[in-house]
Amino acid sequence: MIRFLLRRTVSAAVVLLVLAVVLYAVFYLAPGDPAQLSCGPKCSPAQLVQIREQMGLNDSVYVQFWHFLQGIVTGHDYSTGTGTVHCSAPCFGQSYRTGELVSDILVAKLPATASLAIGAMVLWLLLGIGTGVLSALRRGRPTERLLTGLTLAGTATPVFIIGILLLMLFCSVLQWLPYPSYVPFTDDPQQWAWNLLLPWLALALVESAKYARLTRSSMLETLAEDHIRTFRAYGVSERAIIGRHALRAALTPVIALSALDLGTMFGGALLTESLFNVPGLGQKLVQSVELKDLPVVVGIVLVMGFAVVIANAAADVLYALADRRVVLA
Amino acid sequence: MSAATDSAVDPAATAGLAEPLVEVRDLVIDFPTASGTVRAVDGLSFRLEAGGALGIVGESGSGKSATAYALLDLHRGTGARTGGTVRVAGTDVLGADDTELRRLRGGRAAMVFQDPLSSLDPYYAIGDQIAEVYRVHVKATRRAARERAVQVLDRVGIPDAARRSRARPHEFSGGMRQRALIAMALACEPRLLIADEPTTALDVTVQAQILDLLHELRAETGMGLLLVTHDLGVVAGSVDDVLVMRNGTAVERGAVSAVLDDPREPYTRALLAAVPQVDAARPVVLVKQRTGDERKAAVEAPLLEAVGLRREFGKRQDTVTAVDGVSLTVRRGETLGIVGESGSGKTTLGRMLVRLLDPTAGELRYDGRDIGKLGDKALRPLRRELQMVFQDPVSSLNPRRSIGESIADPLRAAGELSDKAVVERVRELLERVGLEPDWYHRYPHEFSGGQRQRVGIARALAPAPKLIVCDEPVSALDVTTQAQVVALLGELQRDLGLSLVFIAHDLAVVRQVSDRVAVMRAGKIVEEGPADAVYDSPQHAYTKGLLAAVPVLDPVESAVRRASRKGLAEV
Repeated sequence: MIRFLLRRTVSAAVVLLVLAVVLYAVFYLAPGDPAQLSCGPKCSPAQLVQIREQMGLNDSVYVQFWHFLQGIVTGHDYSTGTGTVHCSAPCFGQSYRTGELVSDILVAKLPATASLAIGAMVLWLLLGIGTGVLSALRRGRPTERLLTGLTLAGTATPVFIIGILLLMLFCSVLQWLPYPSYVPFTDDPQQWAWNLLLPWLALALVESAKYARLTRSSMLETLAEDHIRTFRAYGVSERAIIGRHALRAALTPVIALSALDLGTMFGGALLTESLFNVPGLGQKLVQSVELKDLPVVVGIVLVMGFAVVIANAAADVLYALADRRVVLA
Repeated sequence: MSAATDSAVDPAATAGLAEPLVEVRDLVIDFPTASGTVRAVDGLSFRLEAGGALGIVGESGSGKSATAYALLDLHRGTGARTGGTVRVAGTDVLGADDTELRRLRGGRAAMVFQDPLSSLDPYYAIGDQIAEVYRVHVKATRRAARERAVQVLDRVGIPDAARRSRARPHEFSGGMRQRALIAMALACEPRLLIADEPTTALDVTVQAQILDLLHELRAETGMGLLLVTHDLGVVAGSVDDVLVMRNGTAVERGAVSAVLDDPREPYTRALLAAVPQVDAARPVVLVKQRTGDERKAAVEAPLLEAVGLRREFGKRQDTVTAVDGVSLTVRRGETLGIVGESGSGKTTLGRMLVRLLDPTAGELRYDGRDIGKLGDKALRPLRRELQMVFQDPVSSLNPRRSIGESIADPLRAAGELSDKAVVERVRELLERVGLEPDWYHRYPHEFSGGQRQRVGIARALAPAPKLIVCDEPVSALDVTTQAQVVALLGELQRDLGLSLVFIAHDLAVVRQVSDRVAVMRAGKIVEEGPADAVYDSPQHAYTKGLLAAVPVLDPVESAVRRASRKGLAEV
C-alpha cells in the first residue's frame, strides 16, 4: 500500500510537470504580448518596458518556466511598481488581465465547480444504476427496449443540446424554474440546490446513459455466474440474490468509473458551466483562453490534471476495497 | 438397496412402502437453441430410496447434469423446457410454486457444484454465505446462523473454522472450497445431497479426501446421495447403485458392483474399457519396437537434458519458486511422463523445456548444446524442433481462423514451402491425425473437444518436430475420446520416432503412455524411473500417497483403500 502511494505520487508529479511544460510551450509560442495584454490598449512604450521588466519577460523562456515552478513550491513576490505583492506557495502567478493571484481565483471558483460535479454525480449514479438494474432484470421485454433506446439517445445527445432543451422546457415554457444563477451553498442551501438543479440534470442525463449501460452489462454478466446459481439452488430469494450478490459485484466497475468521471468534472464541465452560468473553473477557463490570460489557464488546467490524477488513484483504491482479491502494487 | 430399479415402477408394489426420496418419471428436458431444440434428457426414470446413494455416470452431453439440475428445477427461468414428473423429498418439483421450491432448495435437498471457486460469491466471507443460506430455511438470529456456519465448517474438516469462516473464497485452496460448499449443503440438514461432478476440478489426493468426507457424512446423517460424474472410478467407491446415461437416456442401471464388474450393455463395456488403469502396465502396442542398436543409441544420446533447471516468478520477498532445480533427460523416441498435482510446477517445467519460458537458472541441453540462455533469434531455428500441445483445445486455437490456417502457421513461419505446398502439407497432417482433409476451412467451434485436440496435435506436428511437450493434452476430454487421443499420440510417436514429454495430473493416463515417469512435487522431482517400476513399487512416500488416492473401478477394492486411508489419517 505504501509502495502504491509512493509510486502514484511520483507518477502524478511527472504527469503534472509534463502538463505544465506543454501548456507553457503552447502559450509562449502563441501570438500576443503578455505585457501588452497586461497593460491594456492605452499603454505608453515606457510603461510597456517597465511592465516587461516586472513580469520577467526579458528572461529566457527557461528561466521564466523555472520561476513559475519555483513559485508553486516556495511562493513568489511580485512588484507592482509601487510595492510588492506576496504570492504564497502554491503560487501559480498573477492574472495578466486583472492582476489577481491565480491561486485566489482557483479558491474562489472551486466551490461552484465542486457543487456541480458532486451533485451531478449523485444524480447520475442514481439514474444510471437504477436504469441499468431495471433493464438487466427486464431483459428482452419492452421495458428494457425502451430504456435501451433512452440511454442510447442520452449518449448520443451532446450535453449542450440537452441543456438548451431543459432550459427551454423548464424556464421558458413551463416556467417552473428561474434561469439559473449560482447561489453559494453557504448563503442559502435551498436556493443553491434549486439553481443547480438544471445543470445537474443536464450532466446526469448524459453521464447516466454510460452508467446504465455499464451497470446493465456487468449485472447480466454477474447474474450468469456460477455463484448466483449456487444461491438460487439454496432457495435464496431473487430479491436477496440481486440486492446482495449481483448488484454488489456489478457495482465494482461502476464505482471505479465514477471516481474517474468525478475527477474529470472537477476540471470543470466547460459547456455546462458556460450554458447555465455557473461561475466555476470551466467558465473561467473558457474566458481566460479567450483573453489569452496564460497564468490563469495554466493554473486551472493544472488543477484539472491534479483532479484527474487523484481520481485515478482513488478509483484504484476503491476498486481494491470493493474487490478484496485485487492487490495494490 | 434398490435405488435404480426398473423404470416401469409397479404402483402396487410400492404402495405399501414409504415414498422414495427421489422419484423421476419420464423426465424430458429440451434446450431451445438458435438451430432448433436440443433434447438433453429423453424420457428418463429412476428412483432413490431414503438414505441410498445413486451415481449417474455419462460422458459430456449425456444429460447427466441437466438431470441433476431438474431435481431442484434449476432450469426454471432459463428457457429450458422440462416435462415428466420429479418428486424429491415429498415435493412435486416441476409443479411446485416458487415459495415451495425455495423451501426444498437447500432445505431438504442441497446441491454441491463442480467448480468450487466460481460457485461461491467472491465478495463475501465464506461463513457469512453459509449463514445467509441457513437463515433462508431456519428462523435464527444472525449470530446463531454464524455459529451454525462455523459448526458445519468444522464438521467438514476446515481447521480453525471460527477464524477461517471469515476468509473469502479466494483465500481457500480448491479442496477447502469444496469442503466449504459441502458445509453449506449440510447447514440445513438436507435429506438429499446432489453432487454434480464434485471432485472433477480437484487433485487426486484431494478428490479422495472429499469422497471420503461425503461417505462419512452419509453414514453419519443418513442423507441420500445423488452423485453425478463422468468418472467411473469416482462412483465405484461412493454409491450403491449406478445409472449409465447416454444421449439423455439410461443405457444401463443396477448395483454398482454388478454394472462395473459385469456390464451388460456394449456402451458400458466400451466406457469401462476406455478408463485408464493405474495398476495396468503400458499396453504393448504402444511401445515402439526398437532393435538392440537403436536402444543403445537412445540410451547414449539424450535428445533433451535439463540440469538443475530453476524458475522463479515475482520479485524479492514475493518470489515464488515454481521449478526448483529439476534435472531430467528425454531420450530419442521415448516418452517421459511427468505427473504432479496442481501447483507442483509441471506446466512451468514443460514450458521451459520448449523455451516458451526462460529458466532462471540451470542448464537446458538440446542435442548436446546449451539452449537455456539462447536469445530469441538464436532460438528460432530450434523452435520448429520443439513443439507443444496445450491442455485447453478451445482457448489454444484462434476462434477467428480456420483450423487449416492455424495448422499452417508454423509452416508459414518457417517460410520454406510455397503456399500450395503448405496447403498440401496441412491436408496431409489433418488426415494423419484422423480428421478430414476437406475440413481445412472449418472453424474451431465446429469441432468437438477431441477433434480440436487433434487439430492442436496436427499443428504441433506441422514443422516436423523432434520433441513435443504435451501439457495435460487429454484432461479436458471424456474417457473414450481421451483413449483415442492417447492412442493417436502413441501411433505418431511410433511412426515418426518422436520424443514426447507427457505432462498430466492423471496417474493412470501417464502410465498408459510413458516409458519413464517423473513425479513432481513443489517444484522438485521426488521420484523418477521406468514407468512400471515407479507405479508398481513406488519408493517415495508422496508417490505412494498419490497412488493410494487414485479411484479404482472395483467397489470392494475401493472400500479397502478407503479404510487404509482412514488408518493412515488416524495414525
